[in-house]
Amino acid sequence: MSDSRSDILALAEERKALSVEAPASGLRRRWQVLLWSTLGPIAAILAAFVVSGLMLLVAGFDPLFAFATLLRGAFGDLRVISEVLLQATPLMLIGVGLAVAFRSNIWNIGAEGQFYAGAVLSTIAGIYLGMLPAVVLVPLVLVLGFVGGALWGVLAGWFKVRFGASEIVTTIMLNYVAIIGTGYLVTGPMIEQAGTYPQTAKVAEAARLYRFLPPTRLHIGFLLALVFAVIVYVLLFKTSTGYAIRAAGHNQTAARYAGIDVERTVLLAMGISGGAAGLAGAIQVSGLTFRLYQQISPGYGFTGIAVALLAGNHPLGVILSALLFGALRSGSEVMQISAKIPSVLVFVVQGLVILSVVSYGVYQMKLFGRLRVAKEG
Amino acid sequence: MDTVWIAMIPAILAATWRMATPLIYAAVGEVITERAGVLNIGLEGTMLLGAFTAFAAVYATDNLWVGLLATLLVGVVVGLVFAFFTVTVKANQIIVGVALNLLGLGLTGFLFRTLFLGTKNAVRTVPVLNIPVLSDLPVVGEMLFHQNLMVYGTLLLVPVASFVLYKTAFGLAIRSVGEHPRASDTVGISVSGIRYAAVMIGTALTAIAGAFLTIAHTNQFVEGITSGRGFIALAVVVFGRWSPKGAFWASLLFGVFFALQLRLQAMPDLAIPYQAFQVLPYAATIVVLLSLRGRSHAPSALAIPYEA
Repeated sequence: MSDSRSDILALAEERKALSVEAPASGLRRRWQVLLWSTLGPIAAILAAFVVSGLMLLVAGFDPLFAFATLLRGAFGDLRVISEVLLQATPLMLIGVGLAVAFRSNIWNIGAEGQFYAGAVLSTIAGIYLGMLPAVVLVPLVLVLGFVGGALWGVLAGWFKVRFGASEIVTTIMLNYVAIIGTGYLVTGPMIEQAGTYPQTAKVAEAARLYRFLPPTRLHIGFLLALVFAVIVYVLLFKTSTGYAIRAAGHNQTAARYAGIDVERTVLLAMGISGGAAGLAGAIQVSGLTFRLYQQISPGYGFTGIAVALLAGNHPLGVILSALLFGALRSGSEVMQISAKIPSVLVFVVQGLVILSVVSYGVYQMKLFGRLRVAKEG
Repeated sequence: MDTVWIAMIPAILAATWRMATPLIYAAVGEVITERAGVLNIGLEGTMLLGAFTAFAAVYATDNLWVGLLATLLVGVVVGLVFAFFTVTVKANQIIVGVALNLLGLGLTGFLFRTLFLGTKNAVRTVPVLNIPVLSDLPVVGEMLFHQNLMVYGTLLLVPVASFVLYKTAFGLAIRSVGEHPRASDTVGISVSGIRYAAVMIGTALTAIAGAFLTIAHTNQFVEGITSGRGFIALAVVVFGRWSPKGAFWASLLFGVFFALQLRLQAMPDLAIPYQAFQVLPYAATIVVLLSLRGRSHAPSALAIPYEA
């Protein structure tokens, strides 16, 4: 720490390293980077399917039939395609948020809980403020969802900044707190009038998102998620705040010397990623389920991690990887019904995708390290 | 009311040690892994794999020893895979841990639904050691002298782990690799070799923690039976300051919360919703982590891959 000169030099190195996305060394290199960063995820997915196919074979299923069913379940007709887009919507929002957190080296494993926090707050508004007109209520529901998730995320960020508590453990514990808390609400104070099922009443008509492609259930939440991804892309790569987030993730010490408030970026990253997950919760309630219940998320928060990592934590890449995982999720439901293959297999595929992506990432870094050395040397 | 509470104390104490047992196995294992500089947050997935393996092996053979051996084997293989990606490939340890948790959840869910769904699935369990007379002692009798053998196993595990870690050349190598891998490398210690070993010991013990849940604490496998214990064990390691003894006492503290949760949920005349008790272990984990500020003693090289 005493030698600030070397830290400033290190910072200069960081700036250089951070500009890798748009290298000055020319178009050819840019294409090379693009090629290698697209090949990676594709190879990762293929590897994951080969391994899980072998697993199916060992377990006595016909993998080709299984994958054919999966594909048909994901792309067979307009209805199933719209279901894929619906599945992709929360994954996209969560993945985009997590990309921000992971870029700043914050390991937010709590998107699941933040999703619930957002869903709870927006359901409360959607039920109890039903007298408001839709033009007021819909934005309010969405904003409250974002706020709920952001608060839940910032709480873990504050634990880290103020008490030095690892966000990995605290965000996971807050998942349990949020899910159990939701369980309390839907069996106790917020249970529907009839009281038959552990779920809330439906939110008011005025709180529901517009479905633009009847008879499918596709709603404007999907479009909002696309817009959100673009906004976060701009924030991350075209603003000084985004630079601060990325720099803090890259090298804290260097970022501090550059005058970046690292504590603030921790809270900011947790707020954005939590808010995104909360918004996903709000959109799920106001666009699809219209009510809250304890199993409202089948693990979106965890799938979101795979979505972000597969996209290399790039908000625009997340759009594609969310569609892929949405298809996987939607297709696996069909696979479960027609090929009798348990849909939990999706988690295995996700784990395998993550392992392949992260290994490829290391390899890629080595490769580019060599390229750069070759050029300069 | 008062007498009811007093009558519950022996049972709560006994449940405390029992509920602490899986945390002790997993946390002591993770202490060894982390002292070598490797952070494995995939304990939850590892524990699930161990729980399923023990259950399936005992179901198939009706032999507890086969169950435990199979569990150890699976634990070692999981460790080998984790170490391959984190030590050899040098991938980010947190990300590999996340993948391991997903794999554990998916594989056990897939296999359980494929092989066991709809079958009568109760298995033989690890026997309880009842020491006559002593187990009838008031208050502590049940806790100390009426437990299953895997609970008593923790009394063996903790001193052995401490001895290995602090009194043997291997333990010294583990600690030095976690504090200063470069220096260890210079004096001829194989950083990769030691880290592989430490990771595999950790996952083997974590798998045993899972086995406890299916062949000792209960007699069946349920999807997600670990319910966050793998993550709580991570907090136990921090709270126990990266020592086996510390992990033992920290686990007992969490055992209290689990035991209270079980007991209080079963009290019919309480006006408090059961979720308030359900949430206890998780909320307590957060509170404990917050109380530690500025007092952590993490190994210096924790979670940093070594570039030779």
